[in-house]
Amino acid sequence: MYSDKVMEHFKNPRNVGEIKDADGVGTVGNPVCGDMMTMYIKVKDDKIEDIKFKTYGCGAAIATSSMTTEMAKGKTLEEADEITRQSVADALDGLPPVKMHCSNLASDALHEAIKDYRKKQGEKK
Amino acid sequence: MDNGSGAPVDPRVLDEMLPYFIEHVGNPSSFHSEGFKALRAINKAREQIAALINSEPTEIFFTASATEATNLAIIGGANRYKNKGNRIVSSAVEHISTVNVCKELTRGGWEYQQTPVDKNAIVQLDKLDELTTDKTVIVTVMAANGEIGTIEPIKEAAAIAHKKGAYFHTDATAALGKISLDVKAQDIDMMTLSSNDIYGPKGVGALFINKTLRIRPVIIGGGQEQGLRSGTENTPGIVGFGKAAEIAKKEMPEESKRLTSLRDHLIQGLTTNIQEAHLNGHPTNRLPNNANVRFSYIEGEALILSLDDIGVQANTGSACAAKTLEPSACLLATGLKPEDAHGSLVFTLGKANNKDQVDYVIEQLPAIVKRLRAMSSITPEELK
Repeated sequence: MYSDKVMEHFKNPRNVGEIKDADGVGTVGNPVCGDMMTMYIKVKDDKIEDIKFKTYGCGAAIATSSMTTEMAKGKTLEEADEITRQSVADALDGLPPVKMHCSNLASDALHEAIKDYRKKQGEKK
Repeated sequence: MDNGSGAPVDPRVLDEMLPYFIEHVGNPSSFHSEGFKALRAINKAREQIAALINSEPTEIFFTASATEATNLAIIGGANRYKNKGNRIVSSAVEHISTVNVCKELTRGGWEYQQTPVDKNAIVQLDKLDELTTDKTVIVTVMAANGEIGTIEPIKEAAAIAHKKGAYFHTDATAALGKISLDVKAQDIDMMTLSSNDIYGPKGVGALFINKTLRIRPVIIGGGQEQGLRSGTENTPGIVGFGKAAEIAKKEMPEESKRLTSLRDHLIQGLTTNIQEAHLNGHPTNRLPNNANVRFSYIEGEALILSLDDIGVQANTGSACAAKTLEPSACLLATGLKPEDAHGSLVFTLGKANNKDQVDYVIEQLPAIVKRLRAMSSITPEELK
């Protein structure tokens, strides 16, 4: 069973889509397991100016993606690094235990996107 | 439209049950008029259920669930006939309650093998023949699969079992009341039966055991049900199961025809209105009430949550909606890849469903699929 907040984010997900000229992109998961998500970030002055996601997966996968983008938007990269699976789940008033690890991958995708951005920045220098 | 998971009790069944909660509360084992009343009521239910599968009333043994009936058939049969051998064979699309009973027996030295199925989920009889040896004690193949809808060739499977001297058990939970079953004509030794799947109460099941067969009990105690299932009988539940069987026998021919036409309308509507939507299971040799359709690039739990939001209940074979986090073993057995199994949607229609409801699903589902595909990270560009 899902919390009302999970259902609300599942029905009205925030920041769905792609950013064509993203500064960083991160993908985690695998269609074989039933969950796969991609995060796109746009960074300005070390802050996440825009963020979008695409998710293949269950209700929890979609809701955690939506919540992660909401939590990350406007944050500095350092602050966004602090977003964890647990903090995303807490912000959604909890997830069923079985969903904590399989579907709650959005924060990992965000960290991958930040890593991708930093790597690209490093290459530019 | 998830009647396979839970169906309402028929009001006529409930009426029949109610007096046995307060007025007639005798224990069927008691030697007084109230006890006799309960015993007569239970024996009447035995006759009603026997009539539905063409058995003798004394061949019906009541349990508290279909799962318990399968436990009794397989564990009780294995314990009784262990001198013959140590092998159990099933199909690869059995219900988890059958699979897990067989797996449990392997801890005690039994060997358990699953027979492959074809792409429509029909058990491959030549493979069943190969896997069944003179050491095989029980062969179990379900009468029909409640998830994927396919009807299995149980008469032929029983013949293979008997040729090798094994007993044949079939789980008829999904088939009972939907297709005709005849334990004599189909030569069945044991058959699992469930009450709630035919609009009877939950918490009651039964096992048919051919009278020539003697198995060991699993629940031991005061010796009820001819010593095979101890514990005071659930008189109201059994009475309800009996009445449900009587109604099913009478109404099945017409109701199955009605459901078949609704089912085909639903399958046709979904697979033609939505791209990359495919039927799972056999196109014609399937339960009248079952439509199992898979949609590529999206996941089934998200589909059922979206449908629930518009007031329609369905089921899925996706891992994401399962306690085990494994996709439906039955869909994988038909050769589907896990990512395809995740996108399955299962409708099990029932008495309360009508054409308007089916039309509503056909009308609403394309937008739901489109929304989830637009959100999905694996949808090809041309489908967005």
